[in-house]
Amino acid sequence: MAPHASDKTAPFPPAVRLELGRLPSPGAVWRRLHPAPFLLPAVAPAVLLLVWEILCQRGLIRLSVLPAPSTIWLTLVDLLRSGELGNHLLISITRVLQGFVVGSTLGLAFGFIIGLSKRVERSLLLITGLLRPVPIIAWVPMLILWMGIDEASKVTLIAIGSFWPVLLNVIHGIRNTDRKIIEVAQVLQKGRLSLWWNVILPSSLPAIFTGLRIGIGIAWMSVIAAELVAASAGVGYLIMYARELSQPDVMLVGVASIGITGLSIDVLIRQLERRVLRWNVNIQTN
Amino acid sequence: MTAQLGQTLTIERLSKTFHIEAGPLTVLQDISLAVKPGEFVSIVGGSGCGKSTLLRLIVGLEREYEGTIHLGDAPITGPGTDRGIVFQESRLLPWFTVEQNIAFGCGSDLPAAARRQTVREHIALVGLEAFATAYPHQLSGGMQQRVAIARALVNRPKALLLDEPFGALDALTRINMQQEILRIWQSERTTVILVTHDIDEAIFLGDRVVVMSPRPGSIRRIVPIDLPRPRSRSSFEFIDIRKKIYAEFFGEEETLLDYVI
Repeated sequence: MAPHASDKTAPFPPAVRLELGRLPSPGAVWRRLHPAPFLLPAVAPAVLLLVWEILCQRGLIRLSVLPAPSTIWLTLVDLLRSGELGNHLLISITRVLQGFVVGSTLGLAFGFIIGLSKRVERSLLLITGLLRPVPIIAWVPMLILWMGIDEASKVTLIAIGSFWPVLLNVIHGIRNTDRKIIEVAQVLQKGRLSLWWNVILPSSLPAIFTGLRIGIGIAWMSVIAAELVAASAGVGYLIMYARELSQPDVMLVGVASIGITGLSIDVLIRQLERRVLRWNVNIQTN
Repeated sequence: MTAQLGQTLTIERLSKTFHIEAGPLTVLQDISLAVKPGEFVSIVGGSGCGKSTLLRLIVGLEREYEGTIHLGDAPITGPGTDRGIVFQESRLLPWFTVEQNIAFGCGSDLPAAARRQTVREHIALVGLEAFATAYPHQLSGGMQQRVAIARALVNRPKALLLDEPFGALDALTRINMQQEILRIWQSERTTVILVTHDIDEAIFLGDRVVVMSPRPGSIRRIVPIDLPRPRSRSSFEFIDIRKKIYAEFFGEEETLLDYVI
């Protein structure tokens, strides 16, 4: 971390500065005693699991409705060992990636075109305004009718789901470029290309990243929606099939793996964001 | 550094009217001013006297005006690399390092090697060698303004326009930056027009102080400052000039109160 540098001719020599903070604050002591940054976020789930387990052991929860965490854990290990869960996850993730690549590429492209021209935005206003509020699940019957129950309909659904947040955030990012910095580019007689590449694109990158992050989150939700309706593989199918066989533990393993995968994707994108947007104070200090 | 032969900046009968909802609003009326090559002119006035608009007209950000503005023989029709400007906010590109920000000031026709060379020179000119690869958010306000000055100078403009560049800095940094800008002006020999609301700053820096009055913005008086540099802010002559300029703003009777730092 670079220090916040003071001016070259600081009014006082460093020695005069007050040496505060010699005594460690209570917060610092706490941090020193608990060096693992993951400890605090882990407390709440641990307590929850413990209570849940105890309630199950005491017979206060019917195990056919909600199995104990220990049972779910054993099922998870089982499904992992047999490779079944891995297979379903792989299929779902592949669908998400395919759909997300298509959806976010279209979102980026249309976002830049609309951001480029107010006229395009106005002419598309009604279409985007009407289509955007349609819940993703409402597309499933239509897409199945048009494309059948194969991969195409699922990938399209995911593409639609990830398209909107990317589109809206790209437009938002472009429109929010600081006028004062655009003026600087004008004074320096920068051409359109340089203005876009050096000013508008970097300034909208934080918003674009936000769009991509929300987009992949929705893509992941869309794949489960598609698989719950019609599929022969994937995590959504795993859950539906387990329901038919009355296996709540398998269902919960499916739900948990959806959550874990979603979280991992989010963390990955945040890491990428941190790397690309090194100049952005807000992101670095989060 | 080679002394650059500048050209006279001539403003003749310049008026600027904004057309806002309430009707036409004249912000500048009948401004005439000639700034000699290498001269340092301070423009001082209260808020709303159109002094910033005047700079925006000279730099080419505002168009549609009456009268003429010439740099040398060429009329000003838009922005150009022969004029550089520093605003009150540094307006650095936050995604660029100090180096990249200064390089962004360079014209696109400059070959890469020459660009690197001139960027290095200008980083040295503002004394930021140690911070060449720092991002703007890692710099103090004064250092950010130094970068903005370097960016404005990197094309070796004939005129450097300063729009209250030190207005947002603390008093100590401001005095330090005023000395810096004098040093830079003396080494670059460029024409400087400084807009400020700080009378002391205007006198300390300028060869002439243009006093403006508001609504509509017009030149009230031009005060030549014939004091040798470096100037002492507490010298008798300095205080005498300050009294005169104060009188322009607040009337004669108030100067009896004798302003001393």
